[in-house]
Formats: sequence, structure tokens, C-alpha cells
Amino acid sequence: MCSGRVDLEFILRAFLNGQDGVFIGGCRLDECNYVTHGNYDALGNTYLCKKLLENIGIDPDRLRIEFMSGADGNILADVTSDFANEVKAMGPLGKDEGMDTDAVQRRLNAVMRLVPYIKLVERERLRVPRKTRKAYDEFFTSDEFNRLFDELIADKLAVSRVMLLLEEKPRSTGEIVEALGWDPSDVSKHMNRSSQHGLVHYDEGLKRYALG
Amino acid sequence: MGEVEGEKGDFKVTLVKKPRYIIEDKCTGCTTCVEYCPVEYPDPFNQEISKNKAVHVYFSQAIPLVSYIDESCLFLKEKKCDICRRVCQTGAIDFTQTTEKTGINVGAIILSSGITPFDPEVRDEYGYTKMQNVVTSMDYERLLSSTGPYEGEVRRTSDKKHPKKIAWLQCVGSRRVTEGDNSYCSGVCCTYTQKQVILTKDHDTEATCTIFHNDIRSFGKDFERYFQRAEQLPGVEFIRSYASVVREVPESKNVIIRYATDNEGVVEREFDLVVLSVGLSPPEDNKKLADIFGIELNGYGFCEADSENPIKTTQPGIFVSGAFQGPTDIPESVFTASGAGAQCGELLDYRRGKLSKERAYPPEKDVSGEKPRIGVFVCHCGANISSVVDVPSSVEYALSLPNVVFAKEQLFSCATNSAQEITDLAKEKGLNRVVIAACSPRTLEPLFRDTLREAGLNQYYCDMANIREHCSWVHAKQKDEATEKAQAIIRMSVARTAHLEPLKEFDLPVNKTALVVGGGIAGMTCALSIANQGHDVHLIEKEKELGGMAWHIPTTLEGLDVHAFLKETIGKVYANPRIHVSHEATIKSVTGYVGNFVTTLETEGRHKEIKHGASVIAIGAEESVPAEYLYGENDRVVTHVELGEQIAQGAETVARAENLVMIQCVGCRNEDRNYCSRVCCSHAVKNALSLKKLNPAMHVYILFRDMRTYGFREEAYREASEKGVRFIRYDVEDKPMVEAVEAGGKSLLRVMVTDPILGQRLELDADILSLAAAVIPSRHTEEIAGLYKVTLSPDNFFKEAHVKLKPVEFATDGVFLCGMAHYPKHIPETINQAYGAAGRVLTLLSRDTVVASGSVCEVKEYDCVSCGACITACTYEAIEFVDTPGGKKAWVNPILCKGDGVCNAKCPTNAIVLKHFTNDALFGQIDAAITAEDMIEQIDAVAEKV
Repeated sequence: MCSGRVDLEFILRAFLNGQDGVFIGGCRLDECNYVTHGNYDALGNTYLCKKLLENIGIDPDRLRIEFMSGADGNILADVTSDFANEVKAMGPLGKDEGMDTDAVQRRLNAVMRLVPYIKLVERERLRVPRKTRKAYDEFFTSDEFNRLFDELIADKLAVSRVMLLLEEKPRSTGEIVEALGWDPSDVSKHMNRSSQHGLVHYDEGLKRYALG
Repeated sequence: MGEVEGEKGDFKVTLVKKPRYIIEDKCTGCTTCVEYCPVEYPDPFNQEISKNKAVHVYFSQAIPLVSYIDESCLFLKEKKCDICRRVCQTGAIDFTQTTEKTGINVGAIILSSGITPFDPEVRDEYGYTKMQNVVTSMDYERLLSSTGPYEGEVRRTSDKKHPKKIAWLQCVGSRRVTEGDNSYCSGVCCTYTQKQVILTKDHDTEATCTIFHNDIRSFGKDFERYFQRAEQLPGVEFIRSYASVVREVPESKNVIIRYATDNEGVVEREFDLVVLSVGLSPPEDNKKLADIFGIELNGYGFCEADSENPIKTTQPGIFVSGAFQGPTDIPESVFTASGAGAQCGELLDYRRGKLSKERAYPPEKDVSGEKPRIGVFVCHCGANISSVVDVPSSVEYALSLPNVVFAKEQLFSCATNSAQEITDLAKEKGLNRVVIAACSPRTLEPLFRDTLREAGLNQYYCDMANIREHCSWVHAKQKDEATEKAQAIIRMSVARTAHLEPLKEFDLPVNKTALVVGGGIAGMTCALSIANQGHDVHLIEKEKELGGMAWHIPTTLEGLDVHAFLKETIGKVYANPRIHVSHEATIKSVTGYVGNFVTTLETEGRHKEIKHGASVIAIGAEESVPAEYLYGENDRVVTHVELGEQIAQGAETVARAENLVMIQCVGCRNEDRNYCSRVCCSHAVKNALSLKKLNPAMHVYILFRDMRTYGFREEAYREASEKGVRFIRYDVEDKPMVEAVEAGGKSLLRVMVTDPILGQRLELDADILSLAAAVIPSRHTEEIAGLYKVTLSPDNFFKEAHVKLKPVEFATDGVFLCGMAHYPKHIPETINQAYGAAGRVLTLLSRDTVVASGSVCEVKEYDCVSCGACITACTYEAIEFVDTPGGKKAWVNPILCKGDGVCNAKCPTNAIVLKHFTNDALFGQIDAAITAEDMIEQIDAVAEKV
């Protein structure tokens, strides 16, 4: 198994379990003993996942990737200690972020649901053509990436979060605004669009939005 | 080595083995003895920079991974201390061992004596051992290594500080005719220095690196780009100048280097550390080896090589590989090793497999329907684990875990009796899965898998929980936490193990025939070697005649008559009943995979279908057609290949020429072709020497960027220089200019070039201008790559599976590579590589079956949405769409799958699954990383603070 096998779902699953940090170790870049170079896929996945975490209000530094060879035990020890200290300083997942465990879980679940879609988007639009550290670093810190993320994923993620809220019980726009901490106009935009798509409907009796 | 008697096919060799004072079978490599040994002495593996113990493992990747006792041992010296014997729990230490003489009977012998780094101590001028902060590149290599003297930190000797200003001096001990130095070029130092520069900058971005060099000899595959990568790093400066070590600054122990450049004149500069890029010398024992085996050495102390077959020696049945042929880089070492194997095979094929025995295992029980019954074995590893981790309580803990029905501690799980115990207990207790909580699976997983097979269980029902490298070794001072962590590791492993499934490794039959594409020197040499080892070979040639590019090369620098060699080789090919040649052939289609290919071709108007188990690509390369310097416009402008042919034919124009100019690097080492064609410098020197022989009065000028006459070719470069050939270096920013002129009643070519030493513009009037036209990939490269599903390097030469370690294989199993199709190379190098490819082909064809791993990917058809994400993710073309009743679905060819699982992570519906590393198994492991108590604690902790 290559570090490129590390699925978005693995990372999210660990956070959902309440882990405060997730560390991915891969072979040194450009030193693949095969032709896979899957550690670049792991790098891309990590960048993408950090962006997703940031979007739902979780500190992206809780996820880290480092590359080392089988003979670099000292590097593994160093980066593990360093990362462990960093995560300790952040405190338990949610603390730094000012969220309770329920809120963290709800948001992570919203991302988890979207994984199949995110994988498709990654393949179609977020694949870096050249496997070099520079190309990956540049792309995932570029305005272009931010734009694509906002355009293709952010809205979907917002809807996913709303849907999860409504699964619990029907809620009014005000309650949704409060639960998600968004601008009321954004919530109203998402609710309108979701209604058009038939994902939610406004229950006149309850005066609340409900699923379907 | 003692004595050797006999002849090829039947040698009797006496081996003299020094005592290790360790019984290898009993030593488990736990290194407890090392911990207790009181004697410290300079560690030879770390260049004596740091200390090691009298008993130690030579280095961390040593094979066998067992310790040995050095002469510095107190017991060996004065019978004083035997603490190691007392702490060793397997009784592996044996001071009664003495020098052992054994006789072995072998059919062939391969000599691979390697190299010794040049010792700069022989010459005072280098300051080595006289100044503390002058080190050799070998010392520096260890400093950079994470298993080195300072665990990967670069520190200098005098004050143990991190050096900030580092200088490298190139060609130390190489390319010099002075006493004690080597006159040849060592061939590897330019590039290893660049590697050290890149690693230095990785260690410390602030460090400045200055490299004082002569020519930069980046002649290897991808080396030119590598050089650029090093050169473009900030704080890295390459200075073309001889440099000398002048003195040490008494207070700081810094080192002063003196050098001279065209612009600055003589300058002195101070450095924190100076690295001498030492060359490769022949080991002193080469002479002794040569005497014992009755073979001849060349003037430099390496094996006397025969250009027609550099692997053979003057004694039949004795072969050489690696740097015994001369200074060599890793890929050449690897393929000459395979090549030597192939030549032993040619000699001994009739005995192949006679000594091997088949291992019989009990029949495998089907336990897939049973509930998991996991057995956990927790290893003490002597004291390695148990001195830190509480092993008995970990066993107790394991018993509390779901699905665990049995747990036990073992002193050394890897010891033969312990492995037997695992087998016996698995049967007795009805275990259907086993967790070994011990060390890294890197070395011992195969052993424990085997243990399961002995118990009649599928080998994939085994998992290793690494509580040594990942736990006891890193947490020696935190015993309680280490025990807790070891238990977490065991818990996770048990959780994963419950989800493991039995997997089948299946055997595929191997078709015993080979197919070689390309009938040049590489293809013919390879085909002959395969055929001589008892296999049928189909040799596919696109032209009417065999021989390829070599017909245009009359001689080599070493003096080989290439045409005579070709005629002889072609004769052998046609005379060999096992070789079937197809002329004027075009390949139409290729199907199949390792062991079972079908190649369809058109040959001389006929249609032919060939079934074969292995494919070799040896389609060679071409000379480019220059687009500059009036080539094609003026008859007096030729390429080096054309000039070589004209010299051989005794052309009148050449004989009458008074002035001849050569321009190097035409059409490569530029933006379009960012590589060095490797052969042209030697080619130019060869032609120049022929011209000087023909007419000593002829003025020959070679305009070059870097002369890359690596290895023993350096001698010819020196000879040409001595015979009056003028070498003028030009800069790529200021290339020579050529115009056709009329002067003294003659039509001439006027070549204008700046002489960097004189700083003047020179005008050379030439009767003939010869261009070092780039070597370019064959025009059929892309087509062949597509047919055999193999990949190409950035410069469009074929891309081997690994540039250093697998230089004649492709990532696509069953397809091999040799000759110029891989990269430009000289004829002896091509022959080496062709034998190397034959050696690798034989490792495949000599078996009846190939085994495909069980841990490969598989598609759940129902879940597949035909998006193709897996297909684009796979670098082995192992996945394709197939028609099924449910529509087009992805399908994995298990033979081609390498089990990396990248596709699994890309699949939006989890339809493609990497077996043995399934989501279920890995989720199980992830979930077990945290316990229910931890989770509750976590929720409370957040609740308090938010």
C-alpha cells in the first residue's frame, strides 16, 4: 500500500473519532521505487483536505504530511514530536475552534457525505499535471485553486451542512443562521436554491424548512 | 579467497572465513550485546568519525542483520570481559570460533571487487588529516546520512558546529598524471557532488556551497537536468577553476582555498569546511585476485576489458561485474551484474535448477466462514522490547480485545523454535488469524507468513504490530506511556486483522520464448545470450539487414574493428538454431502480459504471430540532422559519424585537409534537448587521433563546452592534446559562428570562436567542419512504447523501471530494455547492458510460472459507475473497461496490478478495492486507535472549555 492509498475518508474518519491531529507519512518525493509516485496524490489530497477543514472551521494544521525514507527514523521521530506538541498546544479538537463535539461531528459528516463528489471534482479540475513539489505547492496555494474550490465545492458543502441540520428536525431560517453562524443572506440563497432542486421544502404549517 | 583449481564448469575454490564470534543462526540482531559492550572504537562504517562498540552490526541495512566482534574486543585481546556472552539470551556468542577454511565446487566465478575511495592522504597538498575541517566526499556522505556519525546533522570536526560555507574540490586524485594520483576520470564525482550540494541545501537552506571544478561531466541519463537543479539553488556557485588547499586559519580552523578564474585572477577564499571529491581507485587486493584467478589487469589496476565482451576475462568461466571493469556508476554496476549472471547461465544452463528443492506445505484450510479467532504473540526481542514495554501486561491486555482467543509472550518470535511454536499453537488452539507484536514487517513479515502456511492457514491472515521501531526504541525513557502505546498498536492491529481475508497468489504459466525488437548490437547480443541459455528467440529487425547504427561506426576508441565484430555476430545469429530473425518487419499489435505476450507483425510481406513470455526493446537511437553551422548547405560540413566513415574509407577530402574544426554539443544540451549525448566527446577524440595518425601536420581544433571523456577515455583525450589537437572551450551564450569564405583561392569555412583563456576572438579557417550531432531517440520510439505499454523519459528515450536499481527493466513486467534505446552509450556499454537484459529475461523465462501477489485491486462491478477515475490513476495500465451485462465496467488485470491502491483512494463509489488494505480493515484500525474511554474524555474536555 502506497501513501496515495490514504483516502479522504480515512482522514475524516479519524477526526470524527475525536482524534486531535492526523499525520500522514509518505516516501520521499521523487524517490518512488516504482513508477507510481503516489505520494504526490497523498500531498494533493492533504492540501485538499486542509482546505475542507478550513472551510468548516477546523484548524487545517491539525493535518500534516511529511515525506521520509525507511532510513529516516530520526526524521519520523522529530516530525512526530513536533506535530504532537503543536496539536497539544491547539488542545482537543473543537477547543481551538470554539465548537462543541456535536458541531464538529456535524460539520465533518457534511464533508464525509460529499467525498464521492469531491473525488470527481479532484479528478476533473484539481489534478496537478506535473508531479513536482513546486507545482503542487504553487497550485494549492493559488487563487485559481481557491476560485475552483469556491465554485465547485464550497456551495455543495454548505448545502450538505444544511441538509444534515434538517435531517435532525425542521428548522427556520433564523435557526439555521444561528446553528451555522452564517450571514442570513447566504442562508436564504442556499435555501432558495435547495428548494428549487427539490432537496428541501418550506413547511407552511411548521413555518420551517424540512427535507424533501 | 584461498586457492582456485580446475576450469570452467568445475572449479574448486578454497574460502578462508574470518571468525565473526557470533553464531549467525542464533543471532536475532537484537543488539543487546552492543548496548552492554564497554569497548568503544572508531566506527569504520562511519569513516571513523564516530564511535562504535567492539561488538556491533556493521550497518543498519547489513545482510545478514547480525552482529560481529571486532579485534578491539577485550576478551579477544586479554580474555578480560565477556559481558556480551552473558547478556545474549540466545547463546549466539562464541569466542571459540577460529578461521575456517571451506572448499566449494562451482561452475563459474564472478569477480566484483568494486572500488576503494581515493585516499588523499597520500598527497600533502590536499591537507587531508592535517587540517580538521578538510574531509573527503566519503566522510561527507556519512555526515549527511541519518545513520551517520551525527544522526544526519552535518557537523565539522574542529568545533562540532554546522558549517555554513562549504567548498567542494573536484577531481581529487583523478585526471592527473602526477605520482599517487589516477590519470583516468572517475566518472561519478561530478554528479555525486551535485547530490551532496542538493542534500546540503535540504539540511540547511542557509548554507552556501561552492564547487571548484574542471569539466562538468553530466553524461549519464538525466544528469544534465540534475546539474541544472543543483546549479540553480540559491547560494550555490560553480567555479571553473583548479583550486588548492592553502592553509588553516589557526583561530577558527577554517580553511583557505586558492583558485584562479579568467575574470578575477588568483583569489583566496575562506571556508568552514572543505570536501575533497575523491575519485575511485582499484582495491589493493585486485592484484592478489588477478594472481589467484590468473586473469590480467590493465595498467590502472582494473580488469583488462575486451570491448567485444567486457564481462569476460582472459580465463574462461571467470567473469567480472561492476567497478572491476573500471570506474562505474550504479546502473552500470547493476546491469553488468545481471550480464555476468547471463554469461554464467550460458555456461551452466544444462545444470539450471538441479540444486533447488521444492518446499511442501500442508493443505490450506478454508476458515473464511469462521468467526475470527485471533492469536496474539508478543515478542520480548531479548530486552529490546521488554526493557521498555511491559510485555506480560500487554499479553493480558491483548486477551481482553475482541476476537482474541489466545495470547502469549515469546523471547524472540523470529527464532526457529518460536516460529514453530506459533505454527503448533495455531493448530492446537484453532487460531484462524495471527498478530505478531514485535518489530517492523520490513524484514520478518515473509517469515511469519510462512509460519502461517505451515499451520495450514492462508498467509494473508497475518499482521505485524510494530512495537519495537515504533515504540520501545523511541520511548526508552517513558515506560508507562510506551506500554500504553504498545497496547494501542496491538489493539489497532487486532482490529484490522479481524477484517483480513484469505487471498490467493496465483501462478501463471510462462511461455519460454523471448522476442527482441531491434537487430543492432544490443538486440543481437541479447538474443544470442538468451538463445545460448536454451530459449527460442525471435529477433525483429525493421531493415533488410541486421547490424543497425553500428554499420556507420568503423572502429571504437579502444580499437575494436566494429565491422568485423558485426559480421562475426551476425554470423552467430544466423547460425544459431534457436534464433529466428524477421527482416523488414513492422509490429502491428501486441497483446498479453508478462509470460504470455502475442506480437503480430508484417515481415517481408508475410503476416506472423509470435507467442512469447518476455519482450526486449533494443531499437537503438539515431544521429540527428544538424540545423546549424551550414550543415546541409555546404559539403564541407559533416557530422562526426560521417567524418569517421570518411576517414575509414580513406576519403580524398579528408586526406588533403590542412585544417579541420570540430564543434561539440550540436543539437543537445539546449532547451529542446536538455541532455548530453554522452558519446560525442570520445567520438571527437577518436576521430582526431585517427586524423593525426593519417596526417600529423593537420591542424585539428575541437570546440567544446565540457570535455566528457569519462573513465579510461580520459587517456585518449590527453593523448590527443599531446599530439597537438587544440581544445578550445566555448560558452553556450557565445556559440561559434561559421561562414563560407573564399581565401587563398580555396573555398573554406571560417569558424569564429572566443578563446576563454586568451579572451580573444579566434578565426579558424577549416577545410572540413565536423559537428557532434546529438544522438536522438529512434523515430519508432513512441510507436513501440505504445505497443508494449511502456513509458518514456522526458527526453523521449525509454524509461526504465528505476534509473539506478532497475536499469534494464520496465515498470511493465516482462518487458526489458537495452542499448541506445535506453540512452546514448558506447558500444562496450551497450554490450554490457545487452547481457544485463538477457540476465533479467532469464530470471523470468527459466521459471515455469510467475506468481502474482494476492494484495491487488479488484472491482465490485455493481458499485462501479464507469467514471474511469481508477484508470487514469493507475500508472501500470492495469485497469481497463470491459463489457459486462451491467454495461461498461472497470476491470483490474491482477497480473499488472502492483497493489499501490492509488485507484482505491480515487474511486468515488469505493467500487475498486485494494485487497488486504480494504476500507473495512483500515477503518477498523483507525477506529481502534481511540478507545471508548478516550472518546468520552475528549468530549468532556471540549465541553469544559467551549
